[in-house]
Amino acid sequence: MTDAEALSTPSPIVRLRNVSKSYRRGGQIVPVLEEISFDIAEGEFLALMGPSGSGKSTLLNLIAGIDSVDNGAIMVGGVDITTLSESELAAWRGLNVGFIFQFYNLIPVLTAFENVELPLLLTRLSRKERREHVALALRIVGLDDRMDHRPGQLSGGQQQRVAIARAVVSDPTILVADEPTGDLDRKAAEEILHLMDRLNRESGKTIIMVTHDPRAAEKARTIRHLEKGFLNDVPS
Amino acid sequence: MFLLKLLVRNAFRHRLRTLLTIVGITIAILAFGLLRTVVSAWYAGVEASSASRLVTRNAISLIFSLPISYQERLRRMPGVRQVSYANWFGGVYVTEKNFFPNFAIEPRSYLALYPEFVLDPREKEDFFHDRKGAVAGRKLAARFGWKVGDSIPLRGTIYPGSWQFVLRGIYRGAEKSTDENQFFFQWEFLNETLLKTLPRRTNQVGVYILGLANPSLAAQVSREVDATFKNSLAETLTETEKAFQLSFISMTEAIVVAIQIVSFMVIAIIMAVVANTMAMTARERIGEYAVFKSLGFSWWHIAGMIFGESFFITFTGCALGVLLTFPVATAFGKELGSFFPVFQVAPMTLYLDLVAAVVIALIAGLFPAWRATTIKIADGLRRIG
Repeated sequence: MTDAEALSTPSPIVRLRNVSKSYRRGGQIVPVLEEISFDIAEGEFLALMGPSGSGKSTLLNLIAGIDSVDNGAIMVGGVDITTLSESELAAWRGLNVGFIFQFYNLIPVLTAFENVELPLLLTRLSRKERREHVALALRIVGLDDRMDHRPGQLSGGQQQRVAIARAVVSDPTILVADEPTGDLDRKAAEEILHLMDRLNRESGKTIIMVTHDPRAAEKARTIRHLEKGFLNDVPS
Repeated sequence: MFLLKLLVRNAFRHRLRTLLTIVGITIAILAFGLLRTVVSAWYAGVEASSASRLVTRNAISLIFSLPISYQERLRRMPGVRQVSYANWFGGVYVTEKNFFPNFAIEPRSYLALYPEFVLDPREKEDFFHDRKGAVAGRKLAARFGWKVGDSIPLRGTIYPGSWQFVLRGIYRGAEKSTDENQFFFQWEFLNETLLKTLPRRTNQVGVYILGLANPSLAAQVSREVDATFKNSLAETLTETEKAFQLSFISMTEAIVVAIQIVSFMVIAIIMAVVANTMAMTARERIGEYAVFKSLGFSWWHIAGMIFGESFFITFTGCALGVLLTFPVATAFGKELGSFFPVFQVAPMTLYLDLVAAVVIALIAGLFPAWRATTIKIADGLRRIG
């Protein structure tokens, strides 16, 4: 890489170095990820692809700080999250990671507004400030007219949009999405991918998405392939 | 505030399950409260006893009497301020079902020793001056609709025959714990009648009641009284009024212990029911707790949600149970007035209700909270979908 290229490349927001992870199943140790090292640039929209059991969701969980590595280091925004304690990690997640899950994972007894407000309850924002942030997040996802609806009163696509609003409301460092369109029909999936694309392009959000769906992956700027715990590609 | 809103909404996600659990706790707290009140009622006589009164009875058994001639010797004992006496009459009013305690007493000294039986001065004088006169407690008179001036017939069991009394007064209790279900008449009337019918049984009293000048002399006076009548035909056993009352309770101690055990068993059973409810609840929501954790909520937030819900359900049931205890205890007291003259929910029972509710809520929330706070987020999220 020339100096000019290095200067024009955004600095990495996520750095993985020699990350390994294995699970114990029935007394046997099953390696899931082996010596993974790569960087994710700030403002990137990365799709992680691979067959079932390739380790892509495990890799996403490690980057998001909801699972722990066996070996290696993960730096996110300059913080080595592998050295944080459980409570430090919880606080770090609250500030730095926005989650978008396959099954939305909204709290059914809370309204759309209250679901989006959840991450802000851990901040020092006043009630008025929280209200403004939530209203803005719901406006971005086009659901400001549904804020008093509970998840059960919304369609799958609408629920996922609420989940996206919840993910972005605290303005986190990275957004992680695990099969965000996996439970949606084609039209709703398109809407969600378009929304994620907008967040990446217009707001500069760093998005790391795990998907099986090649059409979903097409929306990403970079696609990485995992197979049997190894990255077997060059970024495309 | 948000946590409170969340746990209340969570509590009613399975309305039927939560309502049934609350009803269960309500019934358990009600049963616990009533059983504790029965135990308190059992000890009501002990609670009402005075430290400045001694009871002297026949050393062999309460069934055996003491001669009236002991009265003067007792009166002269150092430390004794006043002496009275009474006989358990055991009379039946119309039918055995209408049980109430009835005693032949020496009116002036007895009422002087028991200032907690409050009589109108005029009624008191009428009682003193009528050989066939009697006084009854307020609750007893109300139970049978007696009014002053009514003729009260009693069928004798210990002292055979038909006995007629004229109600000269109705006393009320000075304290809440005073028994208002008793019936008193003149010992002289009993003795005079026996003189004609059973002369062998005359001039005998069941117990002497000694009023002490100083309660701290109780042990010394008791020893001296019993020493005075040692080796006589009727040796005495003197004890404090409290010990005397406790000796009755000791005869039925097994029943009291059984009631106490049952009351705690009720709490243990409902604890298992609430624990089961909370375990089911937490198991169903394990994925949600994982979501909360992924959003940055820490273990104590999760534990707070589970314990909060456990406390909310338990305290709702407890509050309803406590509220119901009062009217139900009042109804019980009316029905069982002859057995439990004082049947009132004691403050200690309410404290125990509260302690029981706290213990139930804590124990019920403990395992689900431990499970929800220790499960890995990735494992919890896998439970969804």
